[in-house]
Amino acid sequence: MAPRNRGAAEPAGRELLSAGDVARTVARMAHQVIERTSLGAADAQPVVLLGIHTRGAPLAHRLAGRIAEFSGARVPTGVLDITLYRDDLRRRPTLPLGTTELPPGGVDDQLVILVDDVLFSGRTIRAALDALRDAGRPRAVQLAVLVDRGHRELPIRADYVGKNVPTSRTEEVHVQLEETDGRDAVLLQRTENRA
Amino acid sequence: MRHLLATEGLDAATATAVLDTAEELKRTLLGREVRKLPTLRGRTVITMFYEASTRTRVSFEIAGKWMSADVVNVSATGSSVGKGESLRDTALTLAAAGADCVIVRHPASGAAHRLAGWLHEAGTSVVNAGDGMHEHPTQALLDAATLRERLGELAGRRIAIVGDVLHSRVARSNVHLLTTLGADVVLVAPPTLLPAHVDRWPVTVSHTFDAELPSVDAVMMLRVQAERMHGGFFPSTREYSIAYGMSEARLATLPEHAVVLHPGPMLRGMEIASAVADSPRAAITQQVANGVHVRMAVLYHLLAHEEEVS
Repeated sequence: MAPRNRGAAEPAGRELLSAGDVARTVARMAHQVIERTSLGAADAQPVVLLGIHTRGAPLAHRLAGRIAEFSGARVPTGVLDITLYRDDLRRRPTLPLGTTELPPGGVDDQLVILVDDVLFSGRTIRAALDALRDAGRPRAVQLAVLVDRGHRELPIRADYVGKNVPTSRTEEVHVQLEETDGRDAVLLQRTENRA
Repeated sequence: MRHLLATEGLDAATATAVLDTAEELKRTLLGREVRKLPTLRGRTVITMFYEASTRTRVSFEIAGKWMSADVVNVSATGSSVGKGESLRDTALTLAAAGADCVIVRHPASGAAHRLAGWLHEAGTSVVNAGDGMHEHPTQALLDAATLRERLGELAGRRIAIVGDVLHSRVARSNVHLLTTLGADVVLVAPPTLLPAHVDRWPVTVSHTFDAELPSVDAVMMLRVQAERMHGGFFPSTREYSIAYGMSEARLATLPEHAVVLHPGPMLRGMEIASAVADSPRAAITQQVANGVHVRMAVLYHLLAHEEEVS
């Protein structure tokens, strides 16, 4: 599965998105969500934003904030931890579990938009789809990511992409967010020992 | 974590990690229609019970099944053990049959440790589900999980363990785990029901239950283990009950927030009054519920990671 972003402890790499870029990107994604889902319109179908633990959660919150600002629609948000659904648990040391918190109304018959920071192999999203299946039966599922860095290993694509970044496999994309890392930025970093 | 054999020597970080996992698992499954996680799909867990048990065996079986492991139960009666097969041969057979984890309860203290030694080469994990008068680590973990739910962090809390400490593996496991997590433990028992070297344990000892009641955050009652008692440890059950039983009157002298635990099976009217056991101050059914999540967490920490080189 994609190396998870380890964030603040890493030294600075090349900056792909500045704090301002991150804010503008989230705002643009919010507009796209509103347009695709007719949020705010009288006949709009219910939408839920589910952030994937860790950095998908604050992103989902920010998206919901922007959506409320632009359309007046209040979209419930939640957090989905996919650790128990990973396909690589036996290839790494024991992972601590994150929190899963579904919105009070659940996900049944709603349009669920999964929110994550980076789309890479697609395995996290596959795990999230499995986790979602156990959480209920959404009407439909869409995917929003801040950065799509390519190198998919599964037939998965995003419905909303903040920024497409062509990368090589030897590079790592680190999304940093105020809530988890103390600042907003997207960094591109070279790694030596990773295939 | 490769095996879970005892809470003695289990460091605070590992214990806390297991408790945190259990808490998240409980939260994840709460209110869910499908209480099943795919995490241990394809792993085989075998329970080997050489002693009677309801809650522990059932709890492990449910824990394994909710994590999607294949769970096989072996009991001493109805298996080759009845034909005289040794513990070692039975264990090696189960490992050869593909067990990733063997959960063992045995009347002999140290049985789980021996088993872990024999199964080391096969790469099979061993969980001690109670070995004689030695340890019962998952019981201590579920007690700690329950106490954390009721009281918050355990550091600085004062917990009384009351009754037949001598024969109790639950008491031993709890003494080690609770003190590791920073709690103060006071053992309350008649001198005849305390182990010989209790002075070397990190606890205080008291023979007067009533004196301890107002200052404790939790009371853990132990079952009087008549099956392990050969000889007179106390004059009569009535006298024991008067001196060390958790009565309604005693419950009233506990602090408002204090909670009463019992690992079960309970002897109502002996070590605990029926009204106390059924009161909201008692966390006995909560303990059983937490047992499943704690054992799921233990299986997760034992089986859901890369091979450990050791």
